[in-house]
Amino acid sequence: MQHELIFAGFGGQGIMFAGQLLAYAAMDQGYHVTWIPSYGPEMRGGTAYCTVVISDQPIGSPVVKHPSIGMIFNAPSFDKFVPMLQPNGLLVYNQSLIPQSTTRDDLLILPVSATENAPAPQLTNMVMMGALLTVKPILTLDALKAALEAHIPAHRRHLLKDNFEALASGARLAEQVTV
Amino acid sequence: MSRELLKGNVAIAEAALRAGMTAYFGYPITPQTELLEHLARRMPELGRTFLQAESEIAAINMVYGAACTGVRTMTSSSGPGISLMQEGMSYIAASDLPCVVVDVMRGGPGLGNILPSQGDYFQVTRSAGHGDYHPIVLAPASVQEAVDLTILAFDLADHYRHLVILAADGLIGQMMEPAELPPMRDLSDERPAYALTGAKGRAPRRIASFYLQAEAEEAYNLHIQARLARIRAAEQRSTEYFTEDAQLLVVGYGSAGRIALSAVQKLRAQGVPVGLFRPISLYPFPEVRLRQLAAQVSAILVVEMNAGQMLEDVRLTVAEHTPIHFYGRMGGAIPVPEEIENALLKLLPTEVLS
Amino acid sequence: MTDLLLEPTTVPMETVYCMPQALGSQPTHYCPGCTHGVAHRLLAEALDELNLRERAILVAPVGCAVFAYQYFEMDGCEAPHGRAPAMATGIKRVQPENIVITYQGDGDLASIGAGEILHAAARGEAITVIFVNNAIYGMTGGQVAPTSLTGQRTVSSPFGREGVPLQMSELLSVLPGAAYIVRRSLHNPANIRKAKKAILTALKVQQAGLGFGMVELLSSCPTNWGLTPPQALQWIETNMLPAFPVGDYKVLDAVKEL
Repeated sequence: MQHELIFAGFGGQGIMFAGQLLAYAAMDQGYHVTWIPSYGPEMRGGTAYCTVVISDQPIGSPVVKHPSIGMIFNAPSFDKFVPMLQPNGLLVYNQSLIPQSTTRDDLLILPVSATENAPAPQLTNMVMMGALLTVKPILTLDALKAALEAHIPAHRRHLLKDNFEALASGARLAEQVTV
Repeated sequence: MSRELLKGNVAIAEAALRAGMTAYFGYPITPQTELLEHLARRMPELGRTFLQAESEIAAINMVYGAACTGVRTMTSSSGPGISLMQEGMSYIAASDLPCVVVDVMRGGPGLGNILPSQGDYFQVTRSAGHGDYHPIVLAPASVQEAVDLTILAFDLADHYRHLVILAADGLIGQMMEPAELPPMRDLSDERPAYALTGAKGRAPRRIASFYLQAEAEEAYNLHIQARLARIRAAEQRSTEYFTEDAQLLVVGYGSAGRIALSAVQKLRAQGVPVGLFRPISLYPFPEVRLRQLAAQVSAILVVEMNAGQMLEDVRLTVAEHTPIHFYGRMGGAIPVPEEIENALLKLLPTEVLS
Repeated sequence: MTDLLLEPTTVPMETVYCMPQALGSQPTHYCPGCTHGVAHRLLAEALDELNLRERAILVAPVGCAVFAYQYFEMDGCEAPHGRAPAMATGIKRVQPENIVITYQGDGDLASIGAGEILHAAARGEAITVIFVNNAIYGMTGGQVAPTSLTGQRTVSSPFGREGVPLQMSELLSVLPGAAYIVRRSLHNPANIRKAKKAILTALKVQQAGLGFGMVELLSSCPTNWGLTPPQALQWIETNMLPAFPVGDYKVLDAVKEL
């Protein structure tokens, strides 16, 4: 089994952390994993994306050209990355900030009103994660929660409860939608 | 020890410190900056020396000074900074001093960009700076290998009293992967016999690379060449995949080698007899093993993230005996496995394909 | 009387002059009349008087003093051209208990090494810099230097130097990291004695960890100036002193208390 994910959005939307968290959780579950950021000269506000590969075999190329799963957080990233997803891939996107739709009919598509349903805007990423793992359980939500608890920086530990709440919110949204 | 999810740059920094690095001097440059930032915090915590120099030129000369005192010392940079360090590296090499230089390679030439590349192969393997020598050059293909080779780099540097360059690329530097860090080694209070510590109760020690007479300079060069011969005999390192029955061989190092592995795995699954040879030491180039493999295959494909630099070493090793082909991407473009698959398929004799 | 002759005198003789311990016995390669020899001797005497030879590490430059590490009887090394302050920084940061000295000419320090000296001073590195300024490139055969005087004819300024000389002591003195910056001259015994005192002070500044110290020494280059040694000393007085006034450019209060 191998999953290739892209997380894309604005800098500041917790894109990098969401990808890292999934990578931590996959590592803790004994999988091989790579996480690669895009790194541009702009420090803030630019398009940010990272790619995560999770596999039960050693990972050759960590570079993903056609991801099997797209986690798209904003409109520019939708236009840029949806065309690159694998046929029969999964697209999870933040409907709160993305008005457009795609003409592709070879994708499983899960729109999530993530920002609206987040306990705080900066927890949009956790709503998206909750939705992803509900519709595509590459890891269990419990595994992700355990990783969050293990790897959240000490100065953010007080936000753990809100993060769990956001994950649950995403899971509820995914359950309501027929993909 | 447990596995941690580590960014390549951070992993190299932490491994260096655990290998007993006493002093680090550096200058910010993407894509290696996290390495410097990690040490900015960790080295003072441990009561060791960290200094952000005013330039890469100053940084390598601070390393030169620290190396004169006999401690483990390192700097890190990327292409443009490595270019500026060439002068200092030459002096260090010409003074029989051990040190480690990390090059997290980026797109060039000129200012280029901050994306991954292997465009520094020539400047690190041929001779880092003026004169007639080679540094030892090690190229990791994963974060774990970056950790292991950082430790090895310090050990080889001390063992041979020689400059060692860890040639990573931006992908290795920026990527996070699970890796296991080694335990912290104790710093030794003992200093080697060449260390400048003040001539208290002993004859003065002098470290220099200045020989006015041709015979003296030639004698020193012969001394370096003798050491390089020992290094070539003992330190060729490589790894290989699916080579036992391979009829087609891919040769790639670092990220390019790892990406090629995906292509090779996929073609193997289709029954194509292709193998991968991944040099780990770029100097000494692992020519002994490559020569053996070259005798067994019908063609070689060299894959690099440059215009064909290691290609020259493959040609020197294999000569005319096996056809050699090249696939490269430049300027920060990273090849994807499909491109390498396609390049390989073109080389297959039709009977193998059918 | 005969008894006295049989018994050697027991009155001890006072040593009034000898080779400093910090200076080796090897003959130097400096040209006749060059004041590098004087500068070497002053530094060696100062190290002896402060009993610092066994703690000292000398960083030699590229230029006429390239062999300085061989002439001193102490640990030494050789920096790339202009990089001595960076190398000294590396040594001093690892071994603060050592007395680290760079010995640099004006091409080395004021031209190619302008960046390294500026930043070492700005950081307040606790090193001692002996800066030998003779307003010309000596080793490569008398080319114009940033310290050459306006109108000075050299083999690479045959029509006279344009621009004005770079005054390093004045420049570095404005940096907060600098503890002790003075300029002295080696053109006559009175000035040589003052230079010796300054070198002693500079070494004490490093011992006390007060910051960056530099003694600039106006020096002669009879060979490349095309003068006899006495004429060269006179040339310092007549031509260099107006452009490079001797004096104390930065002396921290803490230095005065040493």
